Amino acid sequence: MSERPVLRGAGARGVVLMKIHEYQAKQILKRFGIDVPRGDVAFSPKEAGAIASRLGGRCVVKAQIHAGGRGKGGGVKIAGDVEEAERLARQMIGMNLVTPQTGPQGKRVRRLLIEEPVDIAREIYLGVTLDRGRSVPVVMGSGRGGMDIEEVARKDPSALRVEPVDPLVGFRPYQARRIGYALGLKGEEVARAARLMQAMVAAYVETDASLLEINPLVVTRQGGLLALDAKMSFDDNALFRHPEIRELRDPEEEDPLEVEASAHGLNYIKLQGNVGCMVNGAGLAMATMDIIKLVGGEPANFLDVGGGATSEQVASAFKILLADQNVKAVLINIFGGILRVDVLARGLVDAVRKVELRVPVVARLEGTNVDEGRRILQESGLNFTLAEGMLDAAKKVVALAGAR
Amino acid sequence: MSILVDQNTRVIVQGITGREGTFHARGCREYGTKIVAGVTPGRGGTVHEGITVFDTVLEAVEKTGADASMIFVPPAAAADAILEAADARLKLAVCITEGIPASDMVRVAAALEDGPTRLIGPNCPGIISPGKCKIGIMPGYIHKPGPVGVISRSGTLTYEAVAQLSKRGIGQSTCLGIGGDPIIGTTFVDALALFRDDAETRVIVLIGEIGGGAEEEAARYAARDLNKPMVAFVAGQTAPPGKRMGHAGAIIAGGHGTAAEKMAALQEYGARVLQSPAEIGEAVEALLREAAPSAGARGRA
Repeated sequence: MSERPVLRGAGARGVVLMKIHEYQAKQILKRFGIDVPRGDVAFSPKEAGAIASRLGGRCVVKAQIHAGGRGKGGGVKIAGDVEEAERLARQMIGMNLVTPQTGPQGKRVRRLLIEEPVDIAREIYLGVTLDRGRSVPVVMGSGRGGMDIEEVARKDPSALRVEPVDPLVGFRPYQARRIGYALGLKGEEVARAARLMQAMVAAYVETDASLLEINPLVVTRQGGLLALDAKMSFDDNALFRHPEIRELRDPEEEDPLEVEASAHGLNYIKLQGNVGCMVNGAGLAMATMDIIKLVGGEPANFLDVGGGATSEQVASAFKILLADQNVKAVLINIFGGILRVDVLARGLVDAVRKVELRVPVVARLEGTNVDEGRRILQESGLNFTLAEGMLDAAKKVVALAGAR
Repeated sequence: MSILVDQNTRVIVQGITGREGTFHARGCREYGTKIVAGVTPGRGGTVHEGITVFDTVLEAVEKTGADASMIFVPPAAAADAILEAADARLKLAVCITEGIPASDMVRVAAALEDGPTRLIGPNCPGIISPGKCKIGIMPGYIHKPGPVGVISRSGTLTYEAVAQLSKRGIGQSTCLGIGGDPIIGTTFVDALALFRDDAETRVIVLIGEIGGGAEEEAARYAARDLNKPMVAFVAGQTAPPGKRMGHAGAIIAGGHGTAAEKMAALQEYGARVLQSPAEIGEAVEALLREAAPSAGARGRA
């Protein structure tokens, strides 16, 4: 068990799903007996050159960021020799890679995967994920390798073969063969693919993954199967029993404010608007963002302080909110059920006195001892506007944000 | 009437000697819930807060005739606690614990499939039938008895909805938080079926969230089998895709599980789908008024 409180009420939830890099996912797959192209990770052009030379010169240089669609953004290039590999590495390291999944701001490239080029005869998609509807993991296969699989699932569901993994008897070889035949594989290829799918399920289950994708899986001209690209993410609720997976976390891929928030047991996600929000409970936090938008504003963030937020947590929440320079006004929406509103109000006043408050704050408080809580805010001498209900609160904060 | 729990429900608390277990066992008892025993391995034979503690669930059930459990066991051991409640053939297990690994819940869901035990949660506020029984962490005093059934994936957003109802003098038959995790015991569809058969429940409030397909399934079920009017709100209309908004469930992947899709599905069934979370009380009041002259549970809007 960690030092985190074991139960934090129905409010606070975990951190953002943990993702890892392609090269890390490939190392895991290799451990489970799945073939991947020869290669290694490089943090500098020099390292890239050294790896290229070990691979015989010709190689693929792949930017490692936590987002897909890298090829489209110029993050995957072929080098003909060691010098070109070094030159490409120099261009890529430090560049801001924009792909369809990064958003317009892009992501800075800090690591590269240098790999041997592969002779491709066919590309296939294979994935394992949790099917919430059936409450079991499923293995998915499609002949349309290399494509966005959600796109395939939407436009042509028949092109995606799905088999459930029974939690008691496991994933059966006949299910793997069924996927293999549906993908148009033949003879020995089917047996090889079936073994590979079994290995994928083992890797998924043993690491407590939430997603494992090989896209594409390549059938080489020699009939071998190679994981050309791989993606894994993990269930953060299970990270407590996987120290080896926790070590793969790359904080540079995460928003620094989000990292800081999770260190304080807060759940923060930065958005593009100018109305900062501090709410207890994820559902209420989302509903608060919705009503801000409905009255014509734009939320600057999602921030769930949890069911039993302490005064220290509220203070860190304020600091994180105000670190975003776009924030022009803050809305605090707290439904104190178990948490007493007067205690929370005292925490708020302390917190605001500790930070330099440069924007107006609208507070909507509800719950136990609410009158006392409101009195504390009113008599604090600080810039609090009290609101009656969610709609009133949203209107007031959007007006204040707009006026600045 | 109410669903699942009433004044006769006899409740044990698994993990009663922990901080949260102690606090909420006390809260439920003060509300009027019959807390008949606690379970903490190694603490059997002691008395905690005036409640007898047993080492095992089976012993607690044999000695007290309990039929429900409230679970406050830490995440690493919570799946085992649920399975122990099921092994003792309790009718109801309400698991409040947040942060249980999904793979643990995969096995629990499979094990519970054909058994007599209904699981609520995990990662949920619990269940309350106002004035009769509270098994969970919700503030009891905001509720009042009445004709509205409330089902929700959220915690505090449920309190918000309930408070809006009670402020207008509208009470609730039962309020049920089904939990925010990807794998949960009782689903929207299960809860709708129970409310359908409950004569006291005249209007249903369903509070969904982005992610997964539970709201769409609820809409399909309602179109086929529900005979009561419904007010629905789906949180996360403005959530950006690919980001996880707290709940493990609340993530939109590639346009699936969006609020817009869920709202459209519920609308198609004939639910009164709200864009604003501030209008829940008002919308229920309007539906109750419409249904009042015919005084029936069959008044579908």
